[in-house]
Amino acid sequence: MAQMNDKISELQTGIPGHYALEHDPDDLWGESRVIVNIGPTHPAMHGALRMVAKLNGETIEKSYCEFGYTHRAKEKLGENRTYHQFIVYTDRLNYCSALTNNVTYAMSIERLMGLEVPERAIWLRMISVELARVIDHLICIGISAVDLGAFSFFLYGFQQREEAYSLIEALCGARLTTSYTRIGGLANDAPDGWERQVKEWVKKTRKVIDEMDELLTGNRIWHQRTVGVGAISKEDCLRYSFTGPNARASGLDVDLRRDSPTMFYRDVEFDVPVAQNGDVFDRYLIRLEEIRQSLNIITQCCEKLKKGPIWVEDKRVRIPDKDVVHNTMEGLIHHFKFFMTGFDVPAGEAYTPFEASNGELGFYVVSKGGPYAHRMRIRGPSVFHYQALSKMADGGKIGDMVAILGSINVIAGELDR
Amino acid sequence: MDIRTRVSTIYGDQIERFGAQWKAQVEELRAAHPGAVESVLWPESYPTDVPIVFVTRDQILTVLTQLRDNPGMEYNFLSDITATDEGDEHGRFHVVYHLFSPKNGWRLRLKVRVSEGQEVPSATAVWPAANWVEREVWDMFGVKFSGHPDLRRILMDQRWVGHPLRKDYPLRGYQLFPDPAPVDQSLLE
Repeated sequence: MAQMNDKISELQTGIPGHYALEHDPDDLWGESRVIVNIGPTHPAMHGALRMVAKLNGETIEKSYCEFGYTHRAKEKLGENRTYHQFIVYTDRLNYCSALTNNVTYAMSIERLMGLEVPERAIWLRMISVELARVIDHLICIGISAVDLGAFSFFLYGFQQREEAYSLIEALCGARLTTSYTRIGGLANDAPDGWERQVKEWVKKTRKVIDEMDELLTGNRIWHQRTVGVGAISKEDCLRYSFTGPNARASGLDVDLRRDSPTMFYRDVEFDVPVAQNGDVFDRYLIRLEEIRQSLNIITQCCEKLKKGPIWVEDKRVRIPDKDVVHNTMEGLIHHFKFFMTGFDVPAGEAYTPFEASNGELGFYVVSKGGPYAHRMRIRGPSVFHYQALSKMADGGKIGDMVAILGSINVIAGELDR
Repeated sequence: MDIRTRVSTIYGDQIERFGAQWKAQVEELRAAHPGAVESVLWPESYPTDVPIVFVTRDQILTVLTQLRDNPGMEYNFLSDITATDEGDEHGRFHVVYHLFSPKNGWRLRLKVRVSEGQEVPSATAVWPAANWVEREVWDMFGVKFSGHPDLRRILMDQRWVGHPLRKDYPLRGYQLFPDPAPVDQSLLE
């Protein structure tokens, strides 16, 4: 067969001894190109994302990305729901770390109102944010490993993730859509002995993380699939507005928890891991190390947690207790007014950024007075990461595109809003 | 260490820490580009977290470039571009630029007033990151960006009629498309 091909090639070109394979060993396909449409519903895409790629063999020559298939008009809803009603919508932004969205949203409204949240509420918020970060990173590295064939690695992480969800369930009664924060405080206090359970979970998770580290970090197949794949430089990270673990994997040393600390992040010690190469492997390593740092923060917060109020003593935002509502006329009217008309936020505007699991999550709230926002802009970090996917994937193999998409952890919920 | 880092004190904290720098930066902008800065809303007198600098439409790119490159400013990170619908008496739309300086921790907000049908120069030449957020402003508010490489709708379908985040857009109403948008061959050239 090979001889016959050579013969044909010789005949076609008219050059004696001309062999087709000697021309260009990579260009087996000549001028032919295939256009592949991946998504919006495709198991390799994380959520309803779409990528259209022009392929030369297995190599992506040019591609473009689309999203918006789960657009739920959250920004429009933010202008047509009271500030209290909007809390539940924030759960569905980055649904892997719903608590972070809750906390950031509550902080943005508290800034506009000038409220001071009690100490215990802030420590509990910090614990819940870091719990959410651990969950989010476990999902990200677990699922990107599944995409590349490492299934048991994913199950190790999922065990701990389920237990973390049980802790969150004890805190607020829901596992995924938490709606835990209220403006000026928290919905429920932590049950007795909760911080002891959290500490036990932290101890166990540390061991599991070390096991996962041993299992995959030195694996040769994992190296071959990830090292040097989808690399993005530090300068490009700045130009494409990368934040969070993805920026730090490229050597951009930014972490809003350290650089512009909110809550009590000044009072806890943690390191910010930074890598150099910005490829899939570095993004995996950064997330693994950040889980360890988050566990450190959780332990410190648990030790500093003291008994106390969890809601600011402010009649405007505090939902009256149930016995007051049921037994007094004033309480009932207050309750009715709170839920039917909502509370007024004074006119003003603020952009409140926070270091969420994926990067800078920002709420830009413009108030003109009254119970509804004039503008509720949500800046999700995934938008900017997904925007650079084509840049990272073009010129690589189509199988590597799946690895890159898994490693930048694009969550369709916060992408589409 | 005394725990006084309250959530709400960020306002005052930022004014104390960065107030002098912001004043100097705005003065520098005014000196370098006379007429570019229309007005400034300072946090001392207006309820905002950072100063809001209103810039004229035609000078926005030079101001953004200067803020990005000049030593002493270094707002080299584009946090976000969005818009607000202010109603017809205020020039209809404000296009809002959120800038951040990772080195110094400063933030700044620029605004450009745009009337219905006017175009804003696209910031994609300054930051490639501006591409998709500007498409979203076009999609949601109908503000066009001149010089944008690929100004299509981004969240809504390409066949959608109307701009949903305008204040006069109705809350209810359906536009259904049974099939996803076909592959756009021209984007793969």
